[in-house]
Amino acid sequence: MFIGHFTERPYQDPNSGYFGATGRNLMDLAMSNDSYDPRLGADLYNRYLDERVFAEEMGFDGLMLNEHHSTPFCMGGVMNLEAAILARITKRAKIVLLGNILPIWDDPLFLAEELAEIDMISRGRLVTGWVRGTGRESVAHNAVPPFNWERFQEAHDFIVEAWTKPGPFRWEGEHYHYRYVNPWARPYQDPHPPIWIPGVMSRNTVKWAAEHRYPYVMLATELQPTVESFQYYDEVAAEQGYEAGTQHRAYLFKVHVDETEELAEEAGRKYVQGPSNPFLEGNQGIIRPFIQNLPGLTQRNNLLPTMRSFAAAASRGRAAQHSKNKGEAQAAPTPPRDVYKDQTEKLSIISGTPDTVIPKVRHVLETIRPGTIFFWDGDGAMSHDDQMRSLRLMGSDVIPAVREMSKELDLKGPFEVDPAKDAADDATQEAAAD
Amino acid sequence: MAETASYAERGVELATGKINVLDGGAGTPVVVLHHSWGGPGWLPFHDALVGAGTRAIVPDMPGWGASERPVWAREPRDIAIIVSRLIAALELDDVKLVGLGFGGYIAAELATMNPSRLRGLVLVGAAGLQPRNGEILDQMMLSHRKYIEESFRNAEAYTAYVGEEPPDDVRDLWDFSREMTARVTWKPYMFNRRLEPLLGDMHLPTLLVWGKDDKVVPYECAEQYQDALPNASISVVEDAGHVVELEQPERLAALVAGFPKD
Repeated sequence: MFIGHFTERPYQDPNSGYFGATGRNLMDLAMSNDSYDPRLGADLYNRYLDERVFAEEMGFDGLMLNEHHSTPFCMGGVMNLEAAILARITKRAKIVLLGNILPIWDDPLFLAEELAEIDMISRGRLVTGWVRGTGRESVAHNAVPPFNWERFQEAHDFIVEAWTKPGPFRWEGEHYHYRYVNPWARPYQDPHPPIWIPGVMSRNTVKWAAEHRYPYVMLATELQPTVESFQYYDEVAAEQGYEAGTQHRAYLFKVHVDETEELAEEAGRKYVQGPSNPFLEGNQGIIRPFIQNLPGLTQRNNLLPTMRSFAAAASRGRAAQHSKNKGEAQAAPTPPRDVYKDQTEKLSIISGTPDTVIPKVRHVLETIRPGTIFFWDGDGAMSHDDQMRSLRLMGSDVIPAVREMSKELDLKGPFEVDPAKDAADDATQEAAAD
Repeated sequence: MAETASYAERGVELATGKINVLDGGAGTPVVVLHHSWGGPGWLPFHDALVGAGTRAIVPDMPGWGASERPVWAREPRDIAIIVSRLIAALELDDVKLVGLGFGGYIAAELATMNPSRLRGLVLVGAAGLQPRNGEILDQMMLSHRKYIEESFRNAEAYTAYVGEEPPDDVRDLWDFSREMTARVTWKPYMFNRRLEPLLGDMHLPTLLVWGKDDKVVPYECAEQYQDALPNASISVVEDAGHVVELEQPERLAALVAGFPKD
């Protein structure tokens, strides 16, 4: 099993009035950056990098970064820079980018070069992941939404070719044109870094990932929709003539571990406070459906099997607040009786001491059977101290226990079983080697 | 709505795909190009045109409504070329070409390329030029309802026309149309810097009609069109916003029918 650490790196500014446990509601893409404090930003970027270094020391296999734009809930607008720094200051952990937003790149050759540099500086520790992005990203970098899916696919094909085909060559596609593709930087890994595809809602992305045998990473979706999405992946795999396994299944979920149950609840409640991702239930943010559902960004008939009615919002627990695709800006969410309790009951948040956390993690692993997991921690309004306490206990208790569990449950990750090959191929190869 | 004049609906086959056309009345042909949010069907404005002794020809522009989408189209000029070919396929001559909002942008592009079958151009709150000072209202950052509401002179006018809540089929029309709009004019949004330099040699008589309370395309765009065109005049319509054809259908039909003066 591959075990990674993740935080969205929220921009926490308790003085702004917007952030922190008592912050005002924040409407997505409706807040000026005139309240941004670069000195605070400096502290936070360095804090999050320090925490990643410590996460590696505590035994995490991977350090996952993500990318969003024009929003305080994720400071990773240029996550490749963070990745490049981690490439130099960490030693062992994979640097997992989930993911670069391909359609917003007008020049994906630049991205191919950046990722190759990160792969070289880290000596082959890059895991690259690519997404289509939400409406926010298309607005922020002004990529034409109806061509999002086309651009995603073409940029993917182009980057893989730029990495693997000896240059120089020409590329004359639908959305990208180059007269001289010959990047003087090639990935350290041969033929190129592993590609994982994160997502929540797009049926054709799951299908596409399965067709390419790329591991699919479900991002903090509820358990049952997650299971059904992986079943869909398996079905596509079968149609493609291979059997998908745990090496194709990755799952990101919120896990915080603490010294006492009281501390765990205090810190766990901070998941739903502050500038945390407004697409998750109970968070202090208001989304605007007409921006998330930009024209042509998502084909209305291409949602995952379990999400026909409520799309990603429902899978991530926001059904109660989700209005129709074409609806108006949502009213400020009415706080349910206790968001934190609701989410812990359905395991959208797992927070506790190692004794209470480990059995819940086991339940998740048994239900979903992923070969890769990411613990989403240190988010929302959580402080550096909250994160460090958790990381220490992850290292001493949780990670060792999960490793044992994964052996017992036979959950193999993509570095144990190559997701691009059939298990039968491996057996054949081994037999040949003997 | 009052009892409508009789009109026919038909498909016109072009190599670029089928175009759906509503066609009613007899006399001078008036081709009406709809807003970016799509053609809502046969309107009182079209009746008024027929009543004024003209023939109203109302296509769904390619990619909108029941007209096939040219998946290759990337800019309004592509749409204008197809509309020009539609006019040729219908064998229309001495056409008065009326463009509403985004349809005005298409009409202006078309006139710069092929005015041979046109007799006059009526641009109503037309997009197409980058305002010197203001901005064209960006529908992509607004809900459908808010954008359409802003298209009327005020909220009361919107409610009087659309009702408290738009019916599902109307919302579907807006939603569907917005995708095609994004395909051709997501960026730059609703203007083309390569249009204005071409207007100087476009000698067709042109009437620029602007609702007095247009909040979508700034009035300065009317003045910019007038400055760039050799033969253009401006008419401002009171008690109207961007959707003059919905708010003042009789007045707009009279302007169209009386233009150009022979």
